[in-house]
Amino acid sequence: MYKRYPLQFLNYLIFMSLVGYFSTAPAYRHLPEGQAMVVLAFSHAGQHVEPCRIVSPEEQAKLPPNMRRPTECARARSPVKVELLMDGQSLLSTVAQPPGLFGDGGVDVFLDAIVPAGKHRFSIRMNDSVRVKGYNYTHEQTVQLEPAQLLFIDFNTEDGFVFK
Amino acid sequence: MQSAPIKRVYLTLENWFNYSFGSWNPLYHLGTLTFFFFWVVLVSGIYLFLFFHGSLDGAYASVERMTHEQWYAAGIMRSLHRYASDAAIGCILLHMFREFALDRHHGARWYSWFTGVPLLWMVVTLGITGYWLVWDMLAQYIAIGSAHLMDSLPIFFGSMTRNFLDGALSDRFFILIEFLHLLGQPMLLVFALWFHVRRLSNVNINPPRGLAIGSLLALLALSIVKPATSHAPADLTVVPEVLNLDWFYLNIYPLLDYWSAGQIWMLTIGITLLLMILPWLPPKKAGAAAVVDLDNCDGCKQCFEDCPFDAISVQARTDGAPHEHEVVVDPALCAVCGICVGSCHSSNPFRKAQKELRTGIDMPQLPVNKVRTMTDSALAALRGDVKILVYGCEHGFDVTRLNRNDTVGLTLFCSGMVPPSFIEYALRKGADGVMIAGCRHADCYFRFGNRWMEKRLKGERDPVLRTKVDRRRITVQGGAETDRNIIEQALNKFREELITIGETGDNAGRKVSKAEGGSHV
Ligand code: HEM
Ligand code: SF4
Ligand code: SF4
Repeated sequence: MYKRYPLQFLNYLIFMSLVGYFSTAPAYRHLPEGQAMVVLAFSHAGQHVEPCRIVSPEEQAKLPPNMRRPTECARARSPVKVELLMDGQSLLSTVAQPPGLFGDGGVDVFLDAIVPAGKHRFSIRMNDSVRVKGYNYTHEQTVQLEPAQLLFIDFNTEDGFVFK
Repeated sequence: MQSAPIKRVYLTLENWFNYSFGSWNPLYHLGTLTFFFFWVVLVSGIYLFLFFHGSLDGAYASVERMTHEQWYAAGIMRSLHRYASDAAIGCILLHMFREFALDRHHGARWYSWFTGVPLLWMVVTLGITGYWLVWDMLAQYIAIGSAHLMDSLPIFFGSMTRNFLDGALSDRFFILIEFLHLLGQPMLLVFALWFHVRRLSNVNINPPRGLAIGSLLALLALSIVKPATSHAPADLTVVPEVLNLDWFYLNIYPLLDYWSAGQIWMLTIGITLLLMILPWLPPKKAGAAAVVDLDNCDGCKQCFEDCPFDAISVQARTDGAPHEHEVVVDPALCAVCGICVGSCHSSNPFRKAQKELRTGIDMPQLPVNKVRTMTDSALAALRGDVKILVYGCEHGFDVTRLNRNDTVGLTLFCSGMVPPSFIEYALRKGADGVMIAGCRHADCYFRFGNRWMEKRLKGERDPVLRTKVDRRRITVQGGAETDRNIIEQALNKFREELITIGETGDNAGRKVSKAEGGSHV
């Protein structure tokens, strides 16, 4: 067996240079310079397609105790239609259909966009009921976006749209 | 036989490493080198664990302390942990490339290839959870990216990405990742590694010491020159802008900026499936498995010891013969190498000189009887002062390219298929010298063929070549199909040596010492 140590050294040098280099390089730019990101993400169940029926006390009395409920609802839910405008221009929008065999599931909305940093006026509108024309939730807010800032817009039925 | 270009590329690389490393050639030890890097990862990982603070709030600071305050110990360990993991990926990719280029994944050998593919997933995901634990901007980037990938699968309810951004899930999830990285994934990997080499015999998991020391020193040097560091601490109100990605492990994430998560799953799963079915794609070579003939087997177990693919097992005698054992071949495991034919002392051409030669274990497509007939007619055709018979194999240099008046090459499945008694037979029947070719030294398409063959010639492994056979009339020179020069040089040198032996009259014509001659059984 012959060993050529200088050659071996060269081989180790090449291999470890490759390992060292590709362990951190080439650098990857995920977000262009001077940009920020807007994420509109929430979980929400659209309203029932048909209004819930109020179950009268007499009717309730006839039901077995574990089945008694004040209202009775058909399962199908409305799609959730939401749109985010930035400085008057539509930025993100979707119509999320309720999932599930009976169209009775809640929807997960996840939308994101890269926008220039700076001051922007955001307006959001959402409709979650086929029984309502137009939008039943709206929100407006002006935000000074720093470069690389992540603006997370959440929604819940109590507080409406929340900028985080 | 013209080989695939990919094989030629590989052989060129192998030449370079053979020249630099001799028998330490790392290409011959890629599997064991990977194991070695895993050991380095394990030891350094245990050290890091001692100082690591396993919570979302404490993780980053504890890693920073290790890297900067204790740079001389924990810092180096961190770098070793990272670079050994990266080097392991490098070796795994080369290992795959090699097995593919040398076509060591078809037929009965599908198993090692097939079980290797999931290993890739396991190692890569283990690296991903490792980067997660630092909880810096890079960790945040892969956490969000992974959540996107997970959300596109129809198995989770709710949006993981949203929950991360909301800060709701990350703390609990961090503990889960920690558990996976420290215990769950490594244990799964060890199990899968055991599975990967289960069908091979005599598996070695340690590289040659010189190669291990060299690799460790090289890793240490890299760790000192370029210590592993973190990005800025994770901050979910900020988007990571520029990332110094570890491309060995995190290469898939940037694609998320261009493709949907669903497309990325299709790509990765597609590649995985393609890799997994490769063993069944052409070129396919059908071969019939070895067959045992109990009438010629005394249950010595040598073939069982020698089979590189664990295809032979030993069981109690079933035919009433007065021997304790017999052997059985599992055709599904047999790689059709013929090494067992070379192992069997019944593969002896001096037996039953007139009738058909039969042995204990034989290859249906090239039985020993046919090998003897081929040898006989080759010897009869040889003309000239120095007659040389060359036994070669299908995977090394094609020895029929050496044919001329005084030289004939015969191709068997593997150089380990040549029973030593055939060498003696050829010398007695008129050859002046016998050359054994086959794969390059230190490497064998069938793992151990040339190694067993050389040990048999040296008298270190049964069946041995009898000591009375003149060793000067035998030479061994392996070579790949691109090694024509090496083989021809060795052959010319051998021819000259044989001429000298003939001229000096030293033992001239007596290729096998008289005193102990006679036929064998
Ligand atoms: C985690 C990484 C891996 C390790 C540590 C590893 C280790 C090994 C070892 C030690 C051997 C036995 C070599 C011998 O003794 O001849 C082997 C054989 C093999 N491996 Fe791997 N391996 C890994 C990943 C892979 C992958 C990803 C593939 C392919 C997809 C693969 C395909 C093979 C094949 C085809 C063989 C040869 C079997 C034969 O000679 O018939 N391995 N591996
Ligand atoms: S030919 Fe013989 S040695 Fe080779 S794999 Fe089959 S049984 Fe094992
Ligand atoms: S080497 Fe031959 S005799 Fe020995 S167990 Fe195998 S087949 Fe039988």
